Amino acid sequence: MNTQHLIVRVVSKLLIPLILLFGLYVQFHGETGPGGGFQAGVIFAAGFILYALVFGPEPARRVAPEWLVSTLMALGVLLYFGTGAASFFFGANFLEYGVLGADFVAGQKMGIFLVELGVGMTVSAVMVAIYLAFAEVEG
Amino acid sequence: MVVAFAIIRRRSLIATVMLSSFFSLLMAGTFVLLDAVDVAFAEAAVGAGITTVLLLSALAITSSVEVQPLKSHWLALVLTLATAGVLFYGVSDLPAFGDAAAPAQRHVAPRYLERAELETGIPNVVTAVLASYRGFDTLGELTVVLTAGVGVMLLMTPGVRRRKKPGEADE
Repeated sequence: MNTQHLIVRVVSKLLIPLILLFGLYVQFHGETGPGGGFQAGVIFAAGFILYALVFGPEPARRVAPEWLVSTLMALGVLLYFGTGAASFFFGANFLEYGVLGADFVAGQKMGIFLVELGVGMTVSAVMVAIYLAFAEVEG
Repeated sequence: MVVAFAIIRRRSLIATVMLSSFFSLLMAGTFVLLDAVDVAFAEAAVGAGITTVLLLSALAITSSVEVQPLKSHWLALVLTLATAGVLFYGVSDLPAFGDAAAPAQRHVAPRYLERAELETGIPNVVTAVLASYRGFDTLGELTVVLTAGVGVMLLMTPGVRRRKKPGEADE
Protein backbone atom coordinates (compact mmCIF):
# COMPACT_ATOMS: atom_id res chain seq x y z
CA MET A 1 0.00 0.00 0.00
CA ASN A 2 2.90 2.31 0.69
CA THR A 3 4.21 2.82 -2.83
CA GLN A 4 0.95 2.72 -4.78
CA HIS A 5 -2.25 4.77 -4.68
CA LEU A 6 -0.68 8.12 -5.58
CA ILE A 7 -4.00 9.96 -5.63
CA VAL A 8 -5.05 8.61 -2.24
CA ARG A 9 -1.69 9.63 -0.76
CA VAL A 10 -1.77 13.15 -2.17
CA VAL A 11 -5.41 13.80 -1.27
CA SER A 12 -5.04 12.43 2.24
CA LYS A 13 -1.89 14.51 2.73
CA LEU A 14 -4.03 17.54 1.91
CA LEU A 15 -6.94 16.40 4.06
CA ILE A 16 -5.20 15.18 7.23
CA PRO A 17 -4.03 18.62 8.46
CA LEU A 18 -7.51 19.99 7.87
CA ILE A 19 -9.12 17.09 9.77
CA LEU A 20 -6.72 17.52 12.70
CA LEU A 21 -7.31 21.28 12.69
CA PHE A 22 -11.07 20.73 12.59
CA GLY A 23 -10.77 18.33 15.52
CA LEU A 24 -8.95 20.97 17.53
CA TYR A 25 -11.54 23.56 16.49
CA VAL A 26 -14.37 21.32 17.70
CA GLN A 27 -12.44 20.75 20.94
CA PHE A 28 -11.87 24.39 21.80
CA HIS A 29 -15.03 25.76 20.22
CA GLY A 30 -17.33 23.11 21.65
CA GLU A 31 -18.72 25.53 24.21
CA THR A 32 -20.14 27.87 21.59
CA GLY A 33 -20.68 25.65 18.56
CA PRO A 34 -21.78 22.07 18.19
CA GLY A 35 -19.39 19.42 19.43
CA GLY A 36 -17.25 18.90 22.48
CA GLY A 37 -14.51 16.74 23.83
CA PHE A 38 -15.90 13.43 22.65
CA GLN A 39 -16.56 14.50 19.06
CA ALA A 40 -13.27 16.37 18.89
CA GLY A 41 -11.34 13.37 20.14
CA VAL A 42 -12.97 11.11 17.59
CA ILE A 43 -12.36 13.53 14.70
CA PHE A 44 -8.74 14.00 15.72
CA ALA A 45 -8.30 10.24 15.97
CA ALA A 46 -10.00 9.79 12.59
CA GLY A 47 -7.46 12.08 10.97
CA PHE A 48 -4.66 10.13 12.57
CA ILE A 49 -6.16 6.78 11.60
CA LEU A 50 -6.45 8.00 8.00
CA TYR A 51 -2.72 8.66 8.09
CA ALA A 52 -2.09 5.18 9.49
CA LEU A 53 -4.34 3.64 6.82
CA VAL A 54 -2.60 5.33 3.91
CA PHE A 55 1.02 5.24 5.07
CA GLY A 56 0.93 2.08 7.17
CA PRO A 57 1.10 1.56 10.92
CA GLU A 58 4.90 1.91 11.25
CA PRO A 59 5.22 5.66 10.52
CA ALA A 60 2.05 6.23 12.54
CA ARG A 61 3.60 4.39 15.46
CA ARG A 62 6.65 6.67 15.19
CA VAL A 63 4.38 9.68 15.69
CA ALA A 64 2.34 8.05 18.47
CA PRO A 65 4.52 5.55 20.31
CA GLU A 66 2.80 3.26 22.74
CA TRP A 67 3.99 5.05 25.87
CA LEU A 68 2.59 8.36 24.57
CA VAL A 69 -0.80 6.91 23.65
CA SER A 70 -1.28 5.01 26.88
CA THR A 71 -0.09 8.01 28.94
CA LEU A 72 -2.57 10.29 27.17
CA MET A 73 -5.35 7.77 27.74
CA ALA A 74 -4.83 7.79 31.48
CA LEU A 75 -3.98 11.49 31.64
CA GLY A 76 -7.36 12.49 30.19
CA VAL A 77 -9.30 10.64 32.86
CA LEU A 78 -6.93 12.00 35.50
CA LEU A 79 -7.49 15.54 34.23
CA TYR A 80 -11.25 15.05 34.47
CA PHE A 81 -11.03 13.49 37.90
CA GLY A 82 -8.46 16.06 39.01
CA THR A 83 -10.76 18.93 37.99
CA GLY A 84 -13.47 17.37 40.10
CA ALA A 85 -11.08 16.83 42.99
CA ALA A 86 -9.78 20.41 42.68
CA SER A 87 -13.25 21.85 43.17
CA PHE A 88 -13.58 19.45 46.06
CA PHE A 89 -10.48 20.93 47.70
CA PHE A 90 -11.61 24.50 47.01
CA GLY A 91 -14.54 23.85 49.28
CA ALA A 92 -17.33 22.83 46.91
CA ASN A 93 -18.76 19.45 46.00
CA PHE A 94 -16.95 17.05 43.69
CA LEU A 95 -17.17 18.31 40.07
CA GLU A 96 -18.79 21.58 41.15
CA TYR A 97 -16.66 23.94 39.07
CA GLY A 98 -18.08 27.23 40.33
CA VAL A 99 -15.22 27.72 42.78
CA LEU A 100 -12.42 27.30 40.24
CA GLY A 101 -12.61 30.82 38.79
CA ALA A 102 -12.89 34.39 40.01
CA ASP A 103 -16.69 34.14 40.04
CA PHE A 104 -19.15 31.30 39.62
CA VAL A 105 -19.58 31.57 35.84
CA ALA A 106 -15.84 31.88 35.17
CA GLY A 107 -15.27 28.84 37.34
CA GLN A 108 -17.87 26.87 35.42
CA LYS A 109 -16.23 27.86 32.12
CA MET A 110 -12.81 26.84 33.40
CA GLY A 111 -14.08 23.54 34.77
CA ILE A 112 -15.95 22.62 31.61
CA PHE A 113 -12.94 23.53 29.47
CA LEU A 114 -10.62 21.30 31.51
CA VAL A 115 -13.09 18.45 31.64
CA GLU A 116 -13.70 18.56 27.89
CA LEU A 117 -9.95 18.62 27.31
CA GLY A 118 -9.66 15.47 29.40
CA VAL A 119 -12.46 13.79 27.46
CA GLY A 120 -10.86 14.71 24.14
CA MET A 121 -7.44 13.41 25.18
CA THR A 122 -8.71 10.07 26.43
CA VAL A 123 -11.11 9.46 23.55
CA SER A 124 -8.63 10.24 20.78
CA ALA A 125 -5.85 8.26 22.48
CA VAL A 126 -8.11 5.24 22.99
CA MET A 127 -9.30 5.30 19.37
CA VAL A 128 -5.73 5.52 18.06
CA ALA A 129 -4.61 2.79 20.47
CA ILE A 130 -7.39 0.41 19.42
CA TYR A 131 -6.75 1.00 15.71
CA LEU A 132 -3.00 0.58 15.99
CA ALA A 133 -3.43 -2.57 18.08
CA PHE A 134 -5.54 -4.08 15.27
CA ALA A 135 -3.31 -2.81 12.47
CA GLU A 136 -0.14 -4.18 14.02
CA VAL A 137 -1.59 -7.67 14.37
CA GLU A 138 -2.27 -7.58 10.61
CA GLY A 139 1.25 -6.57 9.67
CA MET B 1 -35.30 -0.04 6.66
CA VAL B 2 -34.09 -0.99 3.17
CA VAL B 3 -30.49 -0.70 4.30
CA ALA B 4 -31.19 -2.76 7.41
CA PHE B 5 -32.66 -5.61 5.35
CA ALA B 6 -29.74 -5.42 2.94
CA ILE B 7 -27.37 -5.70 5.93
CA ILE B 8 -29.13 -8.87 7.12
CA ARG B 9 -29.22 -10.50 3.67
CA ARG B 10 -25.53 -10.00 2.77
CA ARG B 11 -23.25 -12.98 3.29
CA SER B 12 -20.08 -11.05 2.52
CA LEU B 13 -19.04 -9.32 5.72
CA ILE B 14 -17.19 -6.54 3.90
CA ALA B 15 -20.43 -5.55 2.17
CA THR B 16 -22.18 -5.70 5.54
CA VAL B 17 -19.61 -3.37 7.09
CA MET B 18 -19.89 -0.89 4.22
CA LEU B 19 -23.70 -0.97 4.42
CA SER B 20 -23.72 -0.37 8.16
CA SER B 21 -21.35 2.54 7.62
CA PHE B 22 -23.82 3.91 5.10
CA PHE B 23 -26.61 3.36 7.62
CA SER B 24 -24.66 5.40 10.19
CA LEU B 25 -24.29 8.20 7.68
CA LEU B 26 -28.05 8.15 7.05
CA MET B 27 -28.64 8.27 10.81
CA ALA B 28 -26.28 11.23 11.10
CA GLY B 29 -28.34 13.00 8.43
CA THR B 30 -31.49 12.20 10.38
CA PHE B 31 -30.00 13.64 13.56
CA VAL B 32 -29.13 16.85 11.71
CA LEU B 33 -32.74 17.07 10.51
CA LEU B 34 -33.87 16.61 14.13
CA ASP B 35 -31.58 19.51 15.18
CA ALA B 36 -29.34 17.23 17.24
CA VAL B 37 -26.09 18.41 15.70
CA ASP B 38 -23.88 17.15 18.53
CA VAL B 39 -25.22 13.61 18.22
CA ALA B 40 -24.94 13.79 14.43
CA PHE B 41 -21.29 14.75 14.79
CA ALA B 42 -20.57 11.77 17.02
CA GLU B 43 -22.56 9.39 14.81
CA ALA B 44 -20.83 10.48 11.61
CA ALA B 45 -17.34 10.31 13.11
CA VAL B 46 -17.73 7.14 15.22
CA GLY B 47 -20.38 5.16 13.35
CA ALA B 48 -19.52 5.96 9.76
CA GLY B 49 -15.82 6.58 10.23
CA ILE B 50 -13.91 4.81 12.95
CA THR B 51 -16.20 1.81 13.49
CA THR B 52 -15.98 0.99 9.79
CA VAL B 53 -12.20 1.13 9.82
CA LEU B 54 -12.01 -0.97 12.99
CA LEU B 55 -14.40 -3.61 11.64
CA LEU B 56 -12.51 -3.76 8.35
CA SER B 57 -9.20 -4.23 10.12
CA ALA B 58 -10.78 -6.92 12.28
CA LEU B 59 -11.96 -8.61 9.08
CA ALA B 60 -8.43 -8.47 7.71
CA ILE B 61 -7.30 -10.54 10.72
CA THR B 62 -10.19 -13.03 10.60
CA SER B 63 -12.31 -14.38 7.74
CA SER B 64 -14.51 -12.10 5.67
CA VAL B 65 -17.29 -14.58 4.83
CA GLU B 66 -20.10 -15.23 7.27
CA VAL B 67 -20.48 -18.88 8.25
CA GLN B 68 -23.77 -20.34 7.04
CA PRO B 69 -25.74 -21.59 10.06
CA LEU B 70 -26.48 -25.33 9.87
CA LYS B 71 -30.15 -25.13 10.83
CA SER B 72 -32.61 -22.31 11.32
CA HIS B 73 -33.69 -21.59 14.87
CA TRP B 74 -37.45 -21.20 15.05
CA LEU B 75 -37.27 -20.39 18.73
CA ALA B 76 -34.97 -17.45 17.96
CA LEU B 77 -37.44 -16.12 15.38
CA VAL B 78 -40.35 -16.41 17.80
CA LEU B 79 -38.34 -14.72 20.56
CA THR B 80 -37.29 -11.88 18.23
CA LEU B 81 -40.85 -11.30 17.05
CA ALA B 82 -42.13 -11.36 20.64
CA THR B 83 -39.52 -8.82 21.75
CA ALA B 84 -40.34 -6.62 18.76
CA GLY B 85 -44.04 -6.88 19.62
CA VAL B 86 -43.42 -5.83 23.23
CA LEU B 87 -41.25 -2.92 22.09
CA PHE B 88 -43.85 -1.71 19.58
CA TYR B 89 -46.53 -2.01 22.27
CA GLY B 90 -44.35 0.17 24.53
CA VAL B 91 -43.76 2.70 21.74
CA SER B 92 -47.51 3.07 21.25
CA ASP B 93 -47.69 4.41 24.80
CA LEU B 94 -45.07 7.13 24.23
CA PRO B 95 -46.27 10.73 23.85
CA ALA B 96 -46.53 12.02 20.29
CA PHE B 97 -43.34 13.41 18.72
CA GLY B 98 -42.85 17.05 19.67
CA ASP B 99 -45.66 16.96 22.22
CA ALA B 100 -45.15 19.99 24.51
CA ALA B 101 -46.79 18.18 27.44
CA ALA B 102 -44.45 15.18 27.26
CA PRO B 103 -42.47 14.49 30.46
CA ALA B 104 -39.19 14.97 28.57
CA GLN B 105 -40.16 18.58 27.82
CA ARG B 106 -41.48 19.43 31.28
CA HIS B 107 -39.10 17.88 33.80
CA VAL B 108 -35.63 19.47 33.87
CA ALA B 109 -35.28 20.42 30.20
CA PRO B 110 -36.88 23.91 30.44
CA ARG B 111 -34.67 24.81 33.38
CA TYR B 112 -31.55 23.73 31.47
CA LEU B 113 -32.61 25.68 28.40
CA GLU B 114 -33.41 28.82 30.37
CA ARG B 115 -30.64 28.83 32.93
CA ALA B 116 -27.71 26.91 31.44
CA GLU B 117 -26.09 29.91 29.77
CA LEU B 118 -26.58 32.11 32.84
CA GLU B 119 -25.24 29.52 35.24
CA THR B 120 -22.30 28.19 33.24
CA GLY B 121 -21.59 31.00 30.77
CA ILE B 122 -21.63 28.49 27.94
CA PRO B 123 -23.99 28.99 24.98
CA ASN B 124 -24.04 25.33 23.90
CA VAL B 125 -26.58 23.75 26.24
CA VAL B 126 -25.53 20.21 25.28
CA THR B 127 -21.98 20.85 26.44
CA ALA B 128 -23.18 22.58 29.60
CA VAL B 129 -25.43 19.67 30.55
CA LEU B 130 -22.87 17.04 29.62
CA ALA B 131 -19.88 18.52 31.40
CA SER B 132 -21.45 20.39 34.31
CA TYR B 133 -24.93 19.27 35.30
CA ARG B 134 -24.22 15.67 34.39
CA GLY B 135 -20.51 15.71 35.14
CA PHE B 136 -20.58 12.47 37.06
CA ASP B 137 -22.17 10.58 34.16
CA THR B 138 -19.58 11.87 31.74
CA LEU B 139 -16.78 10.88 34.08
CA GLY B 140 -18.23 7.38 34.18
CA GLU B 141 -18.49 7.27 30.38
CA LEU B 142 -14.90 8.39 30.05
CA THR B 143 -13.80 5.64 32.41
CA VAL B 144 -15.68 3.14 30.24
CA VAL B 145 -13.79 4.41 27.18
CA LEU B 146 -10.49 4.10 29.02
CA THR B 147 -11.34 0.58 30.17
CA ALA B 148 -12.20 -0.42 26.60
CA GLY B 149 -8.90 0.95 25.37
CA VAL B 150 -6.89 -0.77 28.08
CA GLY B 151 -8.73 -4.04 27.41
CA VAL B 152 -8.04 -3.96 23.66
CA MET B 153 -4.41 -3.05 24.24
CA LEU B 154 -3.96 -5.92 26.68
CA LEU B 155 -5.59 -8.38 24.30
CA MET B 156 -4.04 -7.26 21.02
CA THR B 157 -0.63 -5.71 21.66
CA PRO B 158 2.16 -8.27 21.45
CA GLY B 159 4.53 -5.84 23.20
CA VAL B 160 2.57 -6.03 26.43
CA ARG B 161 2.88 -9.79 26.48
CA ARG B 162 6.59 -9.65 25.77
CA ARG B 163 7.15 -7.23 28.59
CA LYS B 164 5.28 -9.47 31.00
CA LYS B 165 7.47 -12.48 30.41
CA PRO B 166 10.74 -11.17 31.92
CA GLY B 167 8.74 -10.00 34.95
CA GLU B 168 7.34 -13.47 35.43
CA ALA B 169 10.78 -14.98 35.06
CA ASP B 170 12.08 -12.73 37.84
CA GLU B 171 9.57 -14.01 40.34
